[in-house]
Amino acid sequence: MAGEAEQLRLRSQLSRLRGLPLLRGAKLSAELERLQKQLDRVVSEPSDEEIWRSVELARNPDRPYTLDYVERLLDDWFELHGDQHHGDDAALVAGIGRFRGRTVVLVGNQKGRDVKERTRRNFGMAYPEGYGKAMRAMELADRHGFPLLSLIDIPGAYPGVSAEQHGQGGAIARSQALLARLRVPIVACVIGEGGSGGAIATALADRVLMQENSIYTVISPEGCAAILWRDAGEARKAAAAFKPDAAHCLELGVIDAIVPEPENGAHTDADHAAQLLGDALAESLELLESQSGEELRRQRRVRFRTIGQIPATR
Amino acid sequence: MSERIDVSIEHRHAPPEDGRRHPNTCPKCGSHYRDDELAEHLNVCPHCGHHFPLHARERIQQLVDADSFVEEAAELRSDDPLAFFDLRPYTERLAEAELSTGLGEAMVIGRAAIEDQPCQLAVMEFGFMGGSMGRVVGEKFTRACEGAAERGVPLVSVTTTGGARMQEGILSLMQLPKTVCAVEDLRDAGGTLISVMAHPTTAGVLASFASLGDVLVAEPGALLSFTGPRVVQQTTREKLPDDFGRAESNFRYGHIDAIVPRRELRPMLGGLLRLFANGR
Repeated sequence: MAGEAEQLRLRSQLSRLRGLPLLRGAKLSAELERLQKQLDRVVSEPSDEEIWRSVELARNPDRPYTLDYVERLLDDWFELHGDQHHGDDAALVAGIGRFRGRTVVLVGNQKGRDVKERTRRNFGMAYPEGYGKAMRAMELADRHGFPLLSLIDIPGAYPGVSAEQHGQGGAIARSQALLARLRVPIVACVIGEGGSGGAIATALADRVLMQENSIYTVISPEGCAAILWRDAGEARKAAAAFKPDAAHCLELGVIDAIVPEPENGAHTDADHAAQLLGDALAESLELLESQSGEELRRQRRVRFRTIGQIPATR
Repeated sequence: MSERIDVSIEHRHAPPEDGRRHPNTCPKCGSHYRDDELAEHLNVCPHCGHHFPLHARERIQQLVDADSFVEEAAELRSDDPLAFFDLRPYTERLAEAELSTGLGEAMVIGRAAIEDQPCQLAVMEFGFMGGSMGRVVGEKFTRACEGAAERGVPLVSVTTTGGARMQEGILSLMQLPKTVCAVEDLRDAGGTLISVMAHPTTAGVLASFASLGDVLVAEPGALLSFTGPRVVQQTTREKLPDDFGRAESNFRYGHIDAIVPRRELRPMLGGLLRLFANGR
């Protein structure tokens, strides 16, 4: 059974929203509808098979990547390049664009479509240089008061010799620390693989969303299987055990909402997937935009302070 | 130097067949010591300088003024949020770790004084499930930050860990942003974090609070890497440098401020605490 506490929380959120004076009219009813959908979803907990299906869909090579969404959702996109120290990491893109009437800064992990591009983008696995570029973009957002959108789709930060020599661990830590300091709204959405430290580096946000068929993990199912089962082939068992799917992440309070995808997955209809993602991002921004920078920052830290409270401290 | 005759040369290249060795046998030079000999040398091999692992209690005892340590949040215990079961249930691993270490979790926090300077301590225990960070470790570190801010004293963290605790799934990943936010709150309160990294400090802990100290120091030879050498080797098939990920390599590349032998750690911390107290 799905967590009763989560159902309760959603139910109370629903009733609270229903009781609010309709300040934003249609926008609020969209929120109601979304909560109702989430409630329906958590009531039916996904099976092990469905969890593995999420893993496969999250990694589907035809799934839309960050730049596919940028193309469909942002106008006047200007991409920033380079960390201004070492180089330009093509596995992480950053830029400025107009999103439904406002200027935003967007950072996102980027995989490649064909062999050549996959190699160039290092299969979406960022180097510290990538996080350096992301941090530049975050600072720019903060300076100008632009909201920050972050799209997550990374198997994991790159495990290589030069990545270590350039300080992979420290880069991930400092990127999070910078996000914890920003005074602008931050919305993050996992759009494929939310792989471990490489993902959390750009996911310390005010609101965290996941697309329906994305996964969010502390370690890849294969890595977990190799360590705990001593056999990477047991990835299915590992995935079933650590539950990386969106419904479980919502139930655990790690994410705030699930972004629906076209019926057979985002890869079947990128335009529709972008529309749904755009709606969810806009809705989240609207929830945040009335808050002061100080308040946003305080609430953001409280959010992570209280995720997954241990029983004794509840 | 030890007064004993060193016989290590005889078995230097012949570790036991199954790869296991006595915990008091130096893995680097093969010298063997009695418990009291090792303790006398702060668990550092007097022959070659290898730093043996330290339990959290031993570490605290080595660092702080006698009887100054007051433990906090010792009652916190992990539960099993995912009902996680690999080859064995998570709850069984937790119980076993508690029995073998005598600790409730992989981190001990509390207040203490080092060379008469008050401070807050957060010390990790590798023996407790590889020093992995789950929700209780994240909570304890956060409380250590809050305690340091409230009392207006620096926080000294000593890390030895393999990273996030897989058995708590995505909730263990959430301990990275949680501890990062705690450090940011401490900074906003004008607080200080001194991060001491012992062998090993890797993955999720290196990628969160351990890297955020105002000052970062490591013990000689400590592995400080986001990804461990075995995985890097397997993934990239690159030839790894001999000191891959070690403190010495991190120092050369500018990631840490100093490599401090264990014998010098306490006086160094005393000096730093005086500096950050700024004459108080």
